Amino acid sequence: MKELKILAVVVFFTLLTYWGVEPYAHSVMHKHIESKGFQYDDLKPLAKKGDAARGAQTFMNAGCIGCHGLKSQGMPAPMDPNAAVASFGVNPPDLSNAGAVFDAKFLANLIANPEHALMVEHKFSKAGRSFPMTAFYGLGGDKDQEVADIVAYLQSIAPKAEEVTPKMAFETACGRCHAVHYDKWTQIGERPKFKHKIDELKFEEKVVDYQDKLTKYLGKLPPDLSMYIRSRGEHYLKTFMEDPQELLPGTAMPRVGVSKESAEKVIEYLADVGDSKRAERDSVGKIVMIYLFIFAFLAYLWKQSIWKELH
Amino acid sequence: MAHFEKAHSLEEWLDQRLAIKTLRRVLAEEYWIPKNINFLWAMGMVLAVTFGILVVSGIFLLCYYQPNIDLAFDSVNYTIMQEVEFGWLWRHMHAVAASVVFLIIYIHMFTGIYYGSYKKGREMIWISGMLLFVSFSAEAFSGYMLPWGQMSYWAGMVITNLFSLGSLELNGLVEWLRGDYVPGQAFLNRFFMLHVFLMPLIIMALIGLHFGALRIPHVNNQDGEEIDFEEEAKKYLAGNKKEAKVIRFANDFLSKDMFVVSIFLIFFFYLVFWHFDFAMDPINFDPADGLKTPPHIYPEWYFLWSYEILRPFPKDPGLIAFGFSQVIFFLLPFLDRSPNVAPANRRGLFAAWFWILLVDMIVLTVMGKVPPMGMFSTIGLVAAWVFIILWVALPFITKNEKAV
Amino acid sequence: MADNSRRDFMGKVFGGWAALGGLGALYAAKKSWDPLPSVKAAGFTKVDLSSAEPNVLNVEKWRGKPVFILKKTPEIVAKQSKNETARDVVVGKDHFLVCIGLCTHLGCIPAYEANKEMFKCACHGAEYDVSAINTKAPAPLPMLIPPFRVDGTTLIIGEEGEQYKKMKAAGVLGKKPLNPKA
Repeated sequence: MKELKILAVVVFFTLLTYWGVEPYAHSVMHKHIESKGFQYDDLKPLAKKGDAARGAQTFMNAGCIGCHGLKSQGMPAPMDPNAAVASFGVNPPDLSNAGAVFDAKFLANLIANPEHALMVEHKFSKAGRSFPMTAFYGLGGDKDQEVADIVAYLQSIAPKAEEVTPKMAFETACGRCHAVHYDKWTQIGERPKFKHKIDELKFEEKVVDYQDKLTKYLGKLPPDLSMYIRSRGEHYLKTFMEDPQELLPGTAMPRVGVSKESAEKVIEYLADVGDSKRAERDSVGKIVMIYLFIFAFLAYLWKQSIWKELH
Repeated sequence: MAHFEKAHSLEEWLDQRLAIKTLRRVLAEEYWIPKNINFLWAMGMVLAVTFGILVVSGIFLLCYYQPNIDLAFDSVNYTIMQEVEFGWLWRHMHAVAASVVFLIIYIHMFTGIYYGSYKKGREMIWISGMLLFVSFSAEAFSGYMLPWGQMSYWAGMVITNLFSLGSLELNGLVEWLRGDYVPGQAFLNRFFMLHVFLMPLIIMALIGLHFGALRIPHVNNQDGEEIDFEEEAKKYLAGNKKEAKVIRFANDFLSKDMFVVSIFLIFFFYLVFWHFDFAMDPINFDPADGLKTPPHIYPEWYFLWSYEILRPFPKDPGLIAFGFSQVIFFLLPFLDRSPNVAPANRRGLFAAWFWILLVDMIVLTVMGKVPPMGMFSTIGLVAAWVFIILWVALPFITKNEKAV
Repeated sequence: MADNSRRDFMGKVFGGWAALGGLGALYAAKKSWDPLPSVKAAGFTKVDLSSAEPNVLNVEKWRGKPVFILKKTPEIVAKQSKNETARDVVVGKDHFLVCIGLCTHLGCIPAYEANKEMFKCACHGAEYDVSAINTKAPAPLPMLIPPFRVDGTTLIIGEEGEQYKKMKAAGVLGKKPLNPKA
């Protein structure tokens, strides 16, 4: 029993030290923020029910396709990423999956007042710059209804929620600013395999050109996200995506407005890229644990068999 | 030339040439260990096993690691962690073992302090052990550089800066250590060399010395009792095992060791598979960037107490205090003036000294991690002073200790 | 006895000679850990200041860090405070700002806004005046002035010259806070 008492003392001081340097120290160093469930409560609720067919009309008439592509509907973007980034500072997203990836309320608010929904006023109107996407002022009818119609249209052409893969969610929500080189992803798309050195260099030039322009637009090149699942962790990624300003006041990263499900998909993608062996780790871990319990049991029996002669 | 007869078995053949039977007798069967011990005496074996884990996992990491500032990060985090079969396992085992080995070292050290296992002929055991502690620290630090993440880079920057020795501004020495003005390729290469060759070599030699130092004074026991090992061994060999105060190293002591090791392994592998963040700092999964300082720079947990002795003071006194904390443990056998070899709880004031030291070092450890602001700075400063005062007071406390 | 002491003596001579060889090896070992010539050459950055344009930020690289070099217009110099002027590198009649272009908050690289004659950090919004003295939190310190020497119209970054030593003595390098208005 003396040994158990000694063990209790050792365990107590070990846990005390652990508590101090891990949970306690981290609670002091990092602001803890709880997710609000991607409700976007500060935004105006969607009051009207949209009509997709009318929305298609409004979408065309509002001039959205002047900047945005809609590949799934056979409408490619009017400019390639490099040309777009040169004109706007950032490449306007293709909207094929927008209705599935982004929150409907967020989309409606974005259309009506992009800077506010994206939370980038501190970088633009308040800093004397104008945001590249113009707000939708309405086509003369009920503006709220028109916005709701556009949202309904985008939702109608988007794949169903269960068809959106983690990678699709990432590309739509994050991929125009963030590279993920462990998955060959660059800001202008997937890095192809090259037969000729010259093609590779040409592609590289395009990537660097895009990155330079993006850097100028944002003040800093957004980081490569390959290992973000390990360097930031799931909780940080989730709360940061929901409201970047809360965790990093002043950051150039906009609020991207993903829905809760899409946020989870983006995180799953980052885990697939940066922590691809997590399932194996878990299953191998269980086997090793079973082995070790038997190992310990046998060690105990061996010790008993020897020590019964010694005591 | 010696005369050799025909051997009748492989064992005999080897025995003729290598005296393996004598070796086995001297090193295992008739290497006598006191019976009156508890599981804390198994920490040496736990350390040996952990060091073995570090060596084996290290060998597999070495097969794919690239000591190049442009490739190192991806060779660890992509090649080893995601491409190599079980590469993640070696990496996690290596990182967790590197952290846990210090926990066991500290338990081992405090066991020695508590039971007075550093005096009356056991001084060299203590000193060789402290040399091992320092070598393990150098090994851990050099290894921490290798993934070339943000913490690698900035810890390398901050720790090598210490060598400018404050106001002496020996920047030349710092640049000599780094081989560059900032940590770069030369720096990574030489720490790689230290980590995979020179330090392991030194550690292995020191482990030999540490074991050798045990041989003559023998292992201490729970009551600090002076045992006549030859007399007790005779009793044991005569079959009087129950009365003998000694046991064989193998298999008697070993069987108990292995049970403790098995419990340790359950704890260790739980950490490897499900609770590894404490040993693999998330910030180090950001690649090294000399243009961007991380918001918080702190060493791994096992260096925090000495880091906190450096931090609350102004630059020069801080360095002196830090130097003090690095050497003072070596002097323990000579600062403890009492002739008693006994558990601390029977040694009056020394018991208080022991527990205050332990708690103070935990306080220093925690304060070393949190940002040095307000309350934390004050607590850190007080704890640093307590540490220094404890060591200065030790000879006076122990000098008048009553004989036990 | 005579034999013994002679053997003793020869042993010492041999030991001494061996130690000398060891010292030689140590010398070689020390030298081989010195920074390489290519590393050292990259440790000094020479910049010709004669062609600098006023109020246009030039960014040089020195020991892995960006160094800002900004030629100030006479109007800027005229309205500067004492602390601001004390940080100026004077070459002939021209005043320059020379500093390590890293925000003293978390090491991001601030941008120069020429029309407002100030630096602004994109990461957390810190601001600095035209002498790189911090004017808005969270930056705790002015941007650091690296060792420099002026040789004619050439600026050598990495060497400590007269002007640098003067700034160091005045305590305006950026190792402690400065009041931009004093």
